[in-house]
Amino acid sequence: MKYLSILTLAPLIGALTVAFVPRAKPELAKRLALIWSIVVLAVGVATWVAYKPGGPRLQLQESYTWIPAWGAKFSFAVDGIALVMIALIALLVPLVILASWHDAEKSKRSVPAYFALLLALEGTMIGTFTSADVLLFYLFFEVMLVPMYFIIGSFGTDVPAKQRQYAAVKFFLYSLVGGLLMLAAVIGMWVYGGHTFDWQTLTNVEFTTTVQRWLFLGFFIAFAIKAPFFPFHTWLPDAGGAAPAGAAALLVGVMDKVGTFGILRYCLPLFPEASRWFAPWAIGLSVIGIIYAALVAIGQKDLKRLVSYTSIAHFGFIGVGIFAFTYQAGSGAVLYMVNHGLATGLLFLVVGMFVARRGSTLVTDFGGAGKLLPLLAGIFFIAGMASLALPGLAPFVSEFLVLIGTFTVNKPVAVIATIGIILAAAYVLWMIQRTTQGNTNPALLDLAPMKRDLSLREGIVVAPLIVLLIVLGFYPKPVLDVINPAVQATLTDVVTPERADPAPATSTVEAGK
Amino acid sequence: MGEDFSVNLPDLNYAALAPMLILFGAACLGVLVEAFVPRRARNAVQLVLGLLALVAALVAVLLHAPDVTDSNALTGALSLSIDQAGLFLQGAILVLAIVSLLLFGERTLENGGPFVAQAAITVGSELDRRQAAKESGATEVYPLAIFAVGGMMLFVTSNNLLVMFVALEVFSLPLYLLCALARRKRLLSQEAALKYFLLGAYASAFFLFGLAMIYGFAGAVDFRTIHASVTGSTNSPILLFIGLAMLSIGLLFKAAAAPFHVWTPDVYQGAPTAVTAFMAACTKVAAFGALARVLYVGFDGLGWEFTPVLGVIAVLTMLIGAILAVTQTDLKRLLAYSSIANAGYLLVGVLGGGKQGLSSMLFYLVAYGFLVIAAFAMLTLVRDADGEATHLARWAGLGRRSPLFAGVFTFLLLGFAGIPLTSGFVAKFAVFGAGINGDQTWLVLFGVLSSIILAFPYLRVVVMMWLSEPGETTPSVSIPGMLTSTALMIGVLVTLVLGVWPSPLLDLTTDVSNFIR
Repeated sequence: MKYLSILTLAPLIGALTVAFVPRAKPELAKRLALIWSIVVLAVGVATWVAYKPGGPRLQLQESYTWIPAWGAKFSFAVDGIALVMIALIALLVPLVILASWHDAEKSKRSVPAYFALLLALEGTMIGTFTSADVLLFYLFFEVMLVPMYFIIGSFGTDVPAKQRQYAAVKFFLYSLVGGLLMLAAVIGMWVYGGHTFDWQTLTNVEFTTTVQRWLFLGFFIAFAIKAPFFPFHTWLPDAGGAAPAGAAALLVGVMDKVGTFGILRYCLPLFPEASRWFAPWAIGLSVIGIIYAALVAIGQKDLKRLVSYTSIAHFGFIGVGIFAFTYQAGSGAVLYMVNHGLATGLLFLVVGMFVARRGSTLVTDFGGAGKLLPLLAGIFFIAGMASLALPGLAPFVSEFLVLIGTFTVNKPVAVIATIGIILAAAYVLWMIQRTTQGNTNPALLDLAPMKRDLSLREGIVVAPLIVLLIVLGFYPKPVLDVINPAVQATLTDVVTPERADPAPATSTVEAGK
Repeated sequence: MGEDFSVNLPDLNYAALAPMLILFGAACLGVLVEAFVPRRARNAVQLVLGLLALVAALVAVLLHAPDVTDSNALTGALSLSIDQAGLFLQGAILVLAIVSLLLFGERTLENGGPFVAQAAITVGSELDRRQAAKESGATEVYPLAIFAVGGMMLFVTSNNLLVMFVALEVFSLPLYLLCALARRKRLLSQEAALKYFLLGAYASAFFLFGLAMIYGFAGAVDFRTIHASVTGSTNSPILLFIGLAMLSIGLLFKAAAAPFHVWTPDVYQGAPTAVTAFMAACTKVAAFGALARVLYVGFDGLGWEFTPVLGVIAVLTMLIGAILAVTQTDLKRLLAYSSIANAGYLLVGVLGGGKQGLSSMLFYLVAYGFLVIAAFAMLTLVRDADGEATHLARWAGLGRRSPLFAGVFTFLLLGFAGIPLTSGFVAKFAVFGAGINGDQTWLVLFGVLSSIILAFPYLRVVVMMWLSEPGETTPSVSIPGMLTSTALMIGVLVTLVLGVWPSPLLDLTTDVSNFIR
């Protein structure tokens, strides 16, 4: 079975079919999009089953000729890290489509276009994780911007037109700057690496120290902008604040992970020496990001911007986990990528439900909403707790792994990062308190939508995410089994012998309990 | 006098010359058509004749291509080198010319076509207003364009500086005239033509001066002898350096490289859009084809000397084109500055050197040519009562009214910006790859910087079309006639196909990148 090419192409074909639905038939477009996304989910499940956790590093390989003159191929393959990210996308997109059911109407723009863009985004995001050819990866990495740009610019109706234009252009330009720097690095790698784009072949190429460092920088800056790491993060709050909630969930939940995934897949194995050389800098940026973004998040007045900032703080943890260069921290970072997608995805979707009812994204426009919407407020609470890594919910396991993995090699960093957990409690609890607790804001009483609690559709959206957050909080083994071998393979070149530590499988399960 | 005055006639390889002979013949025929065919039928006759001539020439090129070898490439006493790279360039010019000629013939967008009937009538007079409204446009444009194409084909295959100069004039003079023939905005058009002519004449003079210096150094004007003298002569190289510098100025002027680019925005804006498309695509091919031949064949022994200088020019070109594009409010001027920046990217490929540099340049020229023709064709569609509405602010909200138009134009802009899945990406990758391969990494870094800056103006157009609200003055998008539609379709399709499946053309450009002297 050609799982990966089907998985990559299916959403793109789906996007085309949805795009051709007449504008006058929005319901048809929505249903078609939902069906396509469920088909993709089904293929994703089949891919997960076909993948053998103990097998070779890259599995389910496929390869087709593309540009023989350059040694570029349409080649697909996944390792455990890519597989869990693909599973995350395949799961999130149907939920996002369901959650955005009524979002596109508000924009007075073509509804089929919105859902076609969502599917196109899914296809290009999956493509970045399935490609085993650097040029193919670059292609998806760049093309991914286009659907997201239009989603933010055309359908972000929570903010005024000027603001969403600004956000869309900023998003595109920031990403393009990174993309073009990476292009220079890709070309350099191709020239110095023997005119091939095959990832497997390139891992065996020994680049000289100078070349390695420059190439590493080209890739790393692109990924750091995408992730985003401090100080490349300023586009994210704007984009996350302007995008419709569903799209923001995808933007922060999955698209940004392409950055951290890229570091794991491209920077570390291809340029191990340079990675070690730059690691202190990367860790420094990550730690600054954890503290700085958490502090800024506390001060945010806008709910969606607040959630965006919390994400930047979380990406700091992922960055620390990756560059600590221990197996525990590495596994923790990858697990964090999944859990963060679930938790922040849920948080964004629930915020979207609040915003849709209130018609405003400002924290001060809420207050005591919990009395009117008890169920929704409860889910908001769970999402918030997941975000601050409460034990028993999935993000705790990953955050804990990152911290103990880092502590064994770098105590000061682990200690400073722990402060981030305290700050996380501050911004999450304060956000929940100001929106759902306390005296009811009188303005809320006059709004009819504020009296409608969780609908069935919304229930279907949040249920799987909550279940997964709890299950993975107690029993992360199925995911860790897939992740661990891939992380070990990724880190072998950068972990120095004295830093080698046992694989985290056993300790993790205990940590979860 | 006892001397023998008999002259040995040089051997001429007629199969190799056939494409050019066909074109020059057809152009002369076109002049006769002007004299003898009734006015009403002229446009159709001229258009068909022009297209037939171009297609016939293309067929002749294709038929001759398999027979070309290193030994039979030179003809006409070393004055012409119809080698594989030369034939590729000729073919590229012909294909691009066919597509742009379709735009010349479009008459459904505007009553009487894009050209004025009589350019000499005083602008603004009663007579002028009448002819602008009613009279059918001049049909001399077709023979002029065919002459220009013939000249370009000669230009890229000349193995002799004197022939190259003659070819330069043959293709430049018709272009000067064509620029002056816009139906609307007559004064702009005349100004453009005059500027182009004066500066072009100046550049030609530089070329001629350089030629004389080189003759002084090498004692000959053909590339084989020049190459031999450059590598082996003990003469003082001062004449050589001055000569090559002046020669390069002449060629870089045509290629629109900074600091010889100042004519470009004015001329691109003032010329009829069909002519602009023709110039942007075909003249670029001709100018870079000739420049590459001069550098690769005549003066390759001087690589160390000219590469840093031309590198600085490439950097200037990329940065000036990109930075000034940011400030533009007129779409034609924006595309003009973008074409300047693109000349810089092409120079990066050329300076990369070797087979890879040449093949990347050839690929870029074809990809960019189709892209730019399609983009200018799109500009002809957005119209109001005064003709084309090219001011950026007027395009606000166009995506809401004409999503198909805006979608296609967005795709082309993404192509210019070098986003993957368009030919622009593959082309940029090819030239930058050649640059790094030739140890010109610093040029590539400036290229990346320039691409980043240049993305902003493109994005601004996209924002205007899609994200802005339509104003009251938003012009309408005309339904293109069959000719423009065909040109557009070809341009867009090539841009997409070369973006997704560039292999065949890449292989071809690699196979043919070989100049013979």
